[in-house]
Amino acid sequence: MSVLGLASQVLEIFAALALAPLLAGWVGQCRAWLQNRSGPGLLQPYRVLHKLFNKDSVLATHASPLFRTAPYVIFGCMTLACGIVPTLSTDLPLSPAADAIALVGLFALARVFAALAAMDVGTAFGSLGARREMLIGFLAEPALLMVFFTAALISDSTSLTTIVRTLSAREIGIQPSLALAAVALVMVALAENARVPVDNPATHLELTMVHEALILEYSGRHLALLEWAAALKLFAYACIGIALFAPWGVAHGQAPAALVFALPVLVAKLAAAGFLLALLETVSAKMRIFRVPEFLGMAFLLAVIAMLVKILLGAGPQ
Amino acid sequence: MTGLTQQLIDLFAALLLLLAFAMLAQRRILSLIHLYTLQGAVLVAAAAVMGYATRQPHLYVSAGVTLALKVFLIPSLLHRVINRLNVRWDLEMLINVPTTLIAGIVLVIFAFYLAAPIAGLAASIARGTLGIALACILLSFMMMITRSKAVPQVIGFLAMENGLFFAATAATYGMPMVVELGIALDVLVGILILGVFMFQIREQFDSLDIRHLEKLKDD
Amino acid sequence: MSSAPQLVAVLALCAIWLAIGVAGLAALHRFHLVARVLFPAGGAVALAIVAAALPSVWGAPQSVVLPLGLPGLPFHFRLDGLSALFLLVLGGTSAGVSLFSAGYFRQSEGTAPGLLCLQYHVFLAAMALVLLADDAYAFMVMWETMALASFFLVISNHRIAEIRRAGYLYLLIAHIGALGILLCFGVLQANTGDYSFANMRAQHLSPFWASAAFLLALAGFGAKAGLVPLHVWLPEAHPAAPSPVSALMSGVMLKTAVYGFLRVAYDLLPVQFWWWGVLVLALGLASAVFGVVFAAVQSDMKRLLAWSSIENIGLIFAGIGLSILFAAYKMPAVAALALTAALYHVASHAFFKSLLFVATGAVLHATSQRSLGKLGGLLRVMPWVGWASLLGVLASAGLPPLGGFVSEWLLLQSFLFTPGLPNSFLNMLVPAVAAVIALVAALAGYTMVKFYGVIFLGQHREEKLAAARDAGSWERLGMAWLVAGCVVLGLFPAQFLDILAPVTQLLVGASLADASGGSNWLLVPVSVERASYGPLFFFAGVAASFGLAYFLVRRLYHGRLRRAAPWDCGFPWLTARMQDSAEGFGQPVRQIFEPLYRMRRELPTAFDARPRYAVEVGDHFWHWLYLPLARLVESAARAIGALQQGRIAIYLLYSFATLMALLLWVTR
Repeated sequence: MSVLGLASQVLEIFAALALAPLLAGWVGQCRAWLQNRSGPGLLQPYRVLHKLFNKDSVLATHASPLFRTAPYVIFGCMTLACGIVPTLSTDLPLSPAADAIALVGLFALARVFAALAAMDVGTAFGSLGARREMLIGFLAEPALLMVFFTAALISDSTSLTTIVRTLSAREIGIQPSLALAAVALVMVALAENARVPVDNPATHLELTMVHEALILEYSGRHLALLEWAAALKLFAYACIGIALFAPWGVAHGQAPAALVFALPVLVAKLAAAGFLLALLETVSAKMRIFRVPEFLGMAFLLAVIAMLVKILLGAGPQ
Repeated sequence: MTGLTQQLIDLFAALLLLLAFAMLAQRRILSLIHLYTLQGAVLVAAAAVMGYATRQPHLYVSAGVTLALKVFLIPSLLHRVINRLNVRWDLEMLINVPTTLIAGIVLVIFAFYLAAPIAGLAASIARGTLGIALACILLSFMMMITRSKAVPQVIGFLAMENGLFFAATAATYGMPMVVELGIALDVLVGILILGVFMFQIREQFDSLDIRHLEKLKDD
Repeated sequence: MSSAPQLVAVLALCAIWLAIGVAGLAALHRFHLVARVLFPAGGAVALAIVAAALPSVWGAPQSVVLPLGLPGLPFHFRLDGLSALFLLVLGGTSAGVSLFSAGYFRQSEGTAPGLLCLQYHVFLAAMALVLLADDAYAFMVMWETMALASFFLVISNHRIAEIRRAGYLYLLIAHIGALGILLCFGVLQANTGDYSFANMRAQHLSPFWASAAFLLALAGFGAKAGLVPLHVWLPEAHPAAPSPVSALMSGVMLKTAVYGFLRVAYDLLPVQFWWWGVLVLALGLASAVFGVVFAAVQSDMKRLLAWSSIENIGLIFAGIGLSILFAAYKMPAVAALALTAALYHVASHAFFKSLLFVATGAVLHATSQRSLGKLGGLLRVMPWVGWASLLGVLASAGLPPLGGFVSEWLLLQSFLFTPGLPNSFLNMLVPAVAAVIALVAALAGYTMVKFYGVIFLGQHREEKLAAARDAGSWERLGMAWLVAGCVVLGLFPAQFLDILAPVTQLLVGASLADASGGSNWLLVPVSVERASYGPLFFFAGVAASFGLAYFLVRRLYHGRLRRAAPWDCGFPWLTARMQDSAEGFGQPVRQIFEPLYRMRRELPTAFDARPRYAVEVGDHFWHWLYLPLARLVESAARAIGALQQGRIAIYLLYSFATLMALLLWVTR
């Protein structure tokens, strides 16, 4: 474990914590531009977080300690998730602790806690949100795992750093299996981050919401942590997409210069990803909740086919 | 014959498979036609790349014919048909979508398994794609089985022909020109006949639901 | 005998278990003696078994011959790595369950406590002896003793007709399974007449007979383990038993079937064929999918857990099938990986399922409710049970950093090696299989959220739940032990792999210990570049950011808190009954996997004066396999019933005619 490795690990986690709200703000701003609105500005999420942290937390009368613990657990999970996806460097001391499968497990852990906390208060909307979140989860989780498996088959490893190293060492080209996996990942990411075809982050219409129903009872600092965790999750998914499908520019070796160079590259790639997300959200309409299983089933199948295509076509020319 | 063209062919094959699955899951006729058009466009691109990679000019010709026929002529005919029949939206499935998709993946595995030994024999640069072509054919066939309306069935038939075309291009650098033109003409005549057929069903039963055809059986 | 110290010690401990049982019988109605002395003593014996069996995991096999049973047919016992591993699981789990039982059993429920104590300890001793048996005779005697003891435990509340019916079904299928095992041993001894396992190992069966033995073993042990389609007894029998017994049955008894299957497939049969692996994999997957899909829609908490046991057994068998597949293609390292995954799941399932079953027992005693629709909000009134089961639920859902995740991780890792198989069909099939495993794992999470959320979270669905009392100190002790098992298995996988390594070495000739690269804190199946998982770092990472976030938020902002009524969405008449019910939570799964169920629904219309909603989920296997079979048997019985006349003379005539026919046949 080198000093530089430690430094890049710390830098990566702090970059994630700092940039995640910015990414959320950027997506919101792009959406506003695309919809001919002026938008609240890039820094709005920070203002919201600050405001929420300053407010009192209001707890339902019979909320259990689980309800108060869950935001911290979820926040911790998402921070760790951002720490193990190699975005700036592949020399990360934390990366042997968790590979791609463990990353999926980490998301699942956060989801289970969110659902349990939502059921804790015992209102109709909380449990409705929990049920829908778990429904989306149990379809999206295997799909995400299969996306990782496609990459793992190509690079003969489930370790995220090895995957990124192998993929970025290839010449620029398009692998059909990766293309299919990319489509699947986009679908999963839309569903997991409560984005438009599946859920609307801006909605407050009770019957259609999923993510908002989950956190309906939260306020003050707990809500702030959850909002921050949601931004981190979006950040992590964007980084997964970048790591799997556009891994160029990530620092590999021990050179500090590469690390310095990697940060602006990452920001540029995130900006592009955020714009794409906003574009996708603008051109698509929200679907009924009953259609979501089909949507995610399709993502799951695509990911499986990506694996099959990988096996059929072989590794292809490297 | 570089790595890039190989990758492009593989990518087009994967896209075809993706489109075949999308058609299987699609509920709207209009989107179905769009997907079919897209499939045609991918075929054109695949044939052109193959022609470039193998220096076989006749592949360019077949790409051109495909472009005219499958990207422009047939889709526009289909659009006219659904406009005239006024069946733009409704689409009924005999089996629900998730089940269809799961059956679809079983078909893909089956097709890949069948194609694996053949792929070992063929020398073409796109030998790996034979399994995908076969899978497309089987998926389109299944789409025909699972739909109860006439128009999607016709589209399924056309998509199946697309799969055959791709198989031919991939495995043997395309069929002889005569055969190819013959098939193209055949498809065109086929769609005309099916069009007439659809209007006839519609006049007879006031619906395009082909389950009505069961009534024609003598008891 | 001195050459086998551990084996003798374990046998002696089993004898103590039996003695405790007999003592219970002697003190039939002295409740306090039975509960406070005998059950904890049983738990201590279980711990002693763990201590005795642990060294023999690494040691050479030991064997003894006891001149018990019939003359000329002594019992052979043998203790090798495989037996020792399962003894560890048995001892470790039953120690916690026995401690829990000390506080659980009540005086006035069903069977007298002393009798229950006898049955319970005979059950434990029989399971331990099954694991030690080294000849078919001893094995079958212990196997049947185990089945009978558990049957009596299942029907301990025998005044309820449903429980009697469940017990009968259990006994029936257990017997069919035992028949399969007996026939399997018959094939394995290859007409030598020597039923010791040593002789069976020495036989070289033809592929046909080897396959026959394998299939018989699969049917026999599969019936005991609850593999589809022989699973129907499990969701009936496990919920019917008292909760600690359900815990033992799900946690340990199912594992004896896994043990028997491994013993036959790897030890007694010299070679494996690839299609065996495919068959086991397919049955395992079918069980896993079926189990979890049905678990998700149950509305009785113990039935839910029973179905979830079917799912977990399915995952274990999927791992075994995969390892047979690799072993048949001479890929021992990967076979060891898959087998390790299966064995790891054996251990972690034993702990978390026992924990969840005893927790339902505590809930049952506090509320006398089994139906999920009448529970809710118990975390606030039963914090011990609630927090302990939270850990059990997380382990059961396969979430890091607990035990269930490690086995799942290993299993998925082993699937990633399948493209190396020399069979193109399997290459194509196996990724799809991995996808199914991933789906099952995700659905298990769904099911467990439903289980926990509906029982422990939310508001009380019934008024009287507010008066529920938390578990007593014995029960807490037992649950704490089981929780510790889940946590240790989750956080220290590398250490547990040291125990598994000699076992996989014994069975497939390779182990993961060679590859782990000397790191004690990382789980590394092949190499660090390929994959690694470090639950301690993982846990530390989450905990550190948890702690830092907590500290910084308090430091930079404040910790002010207000309590208020929950937001009612402008509808002030919210009641506890408006929370999602168990049926409601299962609805999406019911809809998506509709073809797998046999559903009967009663939906109210908008104009019903007394609207009623009812849904009943049935099992296709029951309706398409068992009922026709039952009808067939019934009609056959009716046909034979024509012979029944009721007059003695006619019966004598039958006997006489049979005698004549036999004489004729023998003398000719």
